[in-house]
Amino acid sequence: MLHTPNITKLGLALAAALMLGAAPSALMAATPADTLVIADAIDDIISFDPAEAFEFSGTDTTNNLYDSLVELDPTKPGELVPGLAESWSVAEDGVTYTFTMRPGVSFSSGNPVRAEDAAYSIRRVVMLNKNPAFILTQFGLTPENVEQNVRVEDGKLIIVTDKPYAPSFFYNCLTAQVGGIVDELTVSQHDVNGDMGNEWLKSNSAGTGAYVLKSFKALEGYVLEAREGHWRGDATLKRVFMRHVPETATQRLLLEKGDIDIGREVSTIDSPALAANPALKLQEDVAGYVFYLSLNQKVEPLNNPAVQEAMRWLVDYEGMTNSFLKGQFMVHQSFLPQGYLGAIDDTPYKLDVEKAKQIMADAGVAPFTVTLNVRNRQDIMDMAQSIQNTFGQAGITVELQVATGKEVLELYRARQHGITIQNWGPDYPDPHTNASTFALNTDNSDEAKLTGSLAWRNAWDPAELNAMTMAAVEERDTDKRRALYEDIQRRHQANSAFVTMFQSINQTVMQANVSGFYTGGSTDSASYWLVTK
Amino acid sequence: MAHTSSPSRSRRLTAGLRSFAGLALTLGATFLGLLLVTFVIARVVPIDPVLSIVGERATTEQYNAVREALGLDQPLWRQFLIYVGDAVTGDLGTSLRTREPIAEEIARYFPATLELASIATIFGVLVGVPAGILAATRPGTWVDQLVRLVGLAGYSMPVFWLGLMGLLLFYGILGWVGGPGRLDAGFEMMFEFDVTRATGMILIDTALAGRWDMFANALSHIVLPAGVLGYYSMAYISRMTRSFMMNELSQEYITTARVKGMPEWRVIWIHALKNVMVPLITVIALSYANLLEGSVLTETVFAWPGLGLYITNALFAADMPAVLGGTIVVGAVFVGLNMFSDLLYRLVDPRAR
Repeated sequence: MLHTPNITKLGLALAAALMLGAAPSALMAATPADTLVIADAIDDIISFDPAEAFEFSGTDTTNNLYDSLVELDPTKPGELVPGLAESWSVAEDGVTYTFTMRPGVSFSSGNPVRAEDAAYSIRRVVMLNKNPAFILTQFGLTPENVEQNVRVEDGKLIIVTDKPYAPSFFYNCLTAQVGGIVDELTVSQHDVNGDMGNEWLKSNSAGTGAYVLKSFKALEGYVLEAREGHWRGDATLKRVFMRHVPETATQRLLLEKGDIDIGREVSTIDSPALAANPALKLQEDVAGYVFYLSLNQKVEPLNNPAVQEAMRWLVDYEGMTNSFLKGQFMVHQSFLPQGYLGAIDDTPYKLDVEKAKQIMADAGVAPFTVTLNVRNRQDIMDMAQSIQNTFGQAGITVELQVATGKEVLELYRARQHGITIQNWGPDYPDPHTNASTFALNTDNSDEAKLTGSLAWRNAWDPAELNAMTMAAVEERDTDKRRALYEDIQRRHQANSAFVTMFQSINQTVMQANVSGFYTGGSTDSASYWLVTK
Repeated sequence: MAHTSSPSRSRRLTAGLRSFAGLALTLGATFLGLLLVTFVIARVVPIDPVLSIVGERATTEQYNAVREALGLDQPLWRQFLIYVGDAVTGDLGTSLRTREPIAEEIARYFPATLELASIATIFGVLVGVPAGILAATRPGTWVDQLVRLVGLAGYSMPVFWLGLMGLLLFYGILGWVGGPGRLDAGFEMMFEFDVTRATGMILIDTALAGRWDMFANALSHIVLPAGVLGYYSMAYISRMTRSFMMNELSQEYITTARVKGMPEWRVIWIHALKNVMVPLITVIALSYANLLEGSVLTETVFAWPGLGLYITNALFAADMPAVLGGTIVVGAVFVGLNMFSDLLYRLVDPRAR
């Protein structure tokens, strides 16, 4: 019911607002005790439908709304733990997977979780074919065969792939957010023109997660509410309020005033100062982005292995991570981020100008000029200047060409760059996501237009790595598979069109009383249900 | 007398209609020009809308399919006709990023900006006009110098810096006002569920719902961003008022009024101000229109979910249809306010009729 405003009340309210000036600031601070208030830039959110969400902020949220059949153990890279399936196996044929559902789990609607819901969820991803669908359709699932290849038999979920793959590859893909299981009965009620409830799920939830999506306003924020009877045990905090705060200095102020519990987009310039504040603490978790130099093999003399080798000795890895990239990046010289099955932490290269000069002299390479295409992002422009400086010391004149991210990407996809600094975020938590792009290029011709492959974009032929990458994705023994990726990366590290430099770090600043928050590292998304304050 | 007044009234009516038609024609032409410019911009920016949709990994087939779906394979003149046709029927297209109708999205964000800009303008007028008049009537004195100094400072300081400093001082250190956002976290969640978004303007909606606690909180949040924006508009308005007033005070009718012994306050605040109002209306309208489109940085600093934040966000996401949709709305507001001030101008100044 609407009330009519009256002048006296209006006056009182005005007076109250003005009197806030006299109130001690502590009165305005402190977030509600049962609510976790987070500030982040969440303008990337498009949808909360697990079949569609593929942006960082979106998948961070769906991680708290949905669960998948199997999950990754965050403490042991590459190890699986049960999710909504209590056990799973693959048949001798290598293509038939069987999942036994965990009994006694219910959706937020109260409906029990059945194998039928799991089958519906996976079929739905394939039928809707939104951005993240390729994570599941790469196993040969198509709208035509999905009814047959994803089915329920004797209360168990059966999934049949088109050919044998490494089982760990298949399971890892199921742990991605796109493998979130939705409540078939609830979602079907919201089907509009055969959209399988997609429009409704964009801003509603129907999962088994600890939280339920209560409201979402783009560019403002969202509210999650804890449900009762969550299978992992109920969340301590009853609500999560995510507030869209794009400006990092603003987040800093909100943290200092105690108006938010967690700031996820605090700039590195601010974080040390914030960490020095006893009321706050700084947490660093690895993230999945790998930053690398890309050398276009169509450009002379970037296709000379000696030049590639020299360039690996011309990046001031330590100098950058100890100064302007501090806390934001760590030195990482292989294409699989830390946290992935088969990741290695070898860092054989460091800045050594003399060595680089010697390598070029031995190979008879004369001083030359090359273009470095740079995105107009502060961290990347800083890296470019450092590289321009150190390359220059060895007689390589670097001309910087700065443009927007989209412009540089277009050049890169069209094989028209010289060198470019790029970053790559994995699409799903399996090594194949990076191996298939850094070390796989099945047709190096211009006409092939394999723009999804970074090797192709650099006109680089990975030679023996092609076969090794394909072997790794089909290797059924997980230990052998891990060894294969280690081998591929070491070869790639020593001889390729890439100079891998850094892995990104997520910095989170929070109130000192907040504990249990984890960003998910490089393989998972944020979990709110473990947080207490 | 009756028989003479009738033709003159009808003549006046015809003239009025003719001038209104002229105004409408100018309006239409301006709007068409705006559409042409935005259309050309969309085609020349080095951002590929198709790539924005399909993402990094897309194959050539997926790419071409989306290109066709967007109508980008059609000849340019046909694309423009479709664009104009859609725009005049209120269809600003679909956002590349969210796939939502842009008109609906803008309708959601515009009220927050409208509320902010309106309060800022009210502040600018209430402070700027008297300050300008005071300065004009005491030229060269300390009052004049102070108004000039405050005005210049307002003009030359970057708004995001002013916003951040304001936040640091009034919110961070003194704790006099609410922080970024439109409400405190606790209230914001309540607002979400307890209050109907009738107008989208938080002060009005909370007042209509009788939630005075929330109203007070919203007011404490809007004071600072509106003050920062209002400072700008005040600086401009006070400078313009001063110069209009100086000009007016040198007119003969003012000397006559003074000679006749009319009290000074009456000369300034009634006689002179009435004539100053005419050009001032245009100034205020333009400043208002500026705030409606120019609060991009303020909205980012204050996490204010308005049109400015919407357009910036769309720009960073290379969502050109959304950017252009926002531009068209801003352009339309500009044109509309101009027309409104023209009409008001005619009302205040009989010579302009």
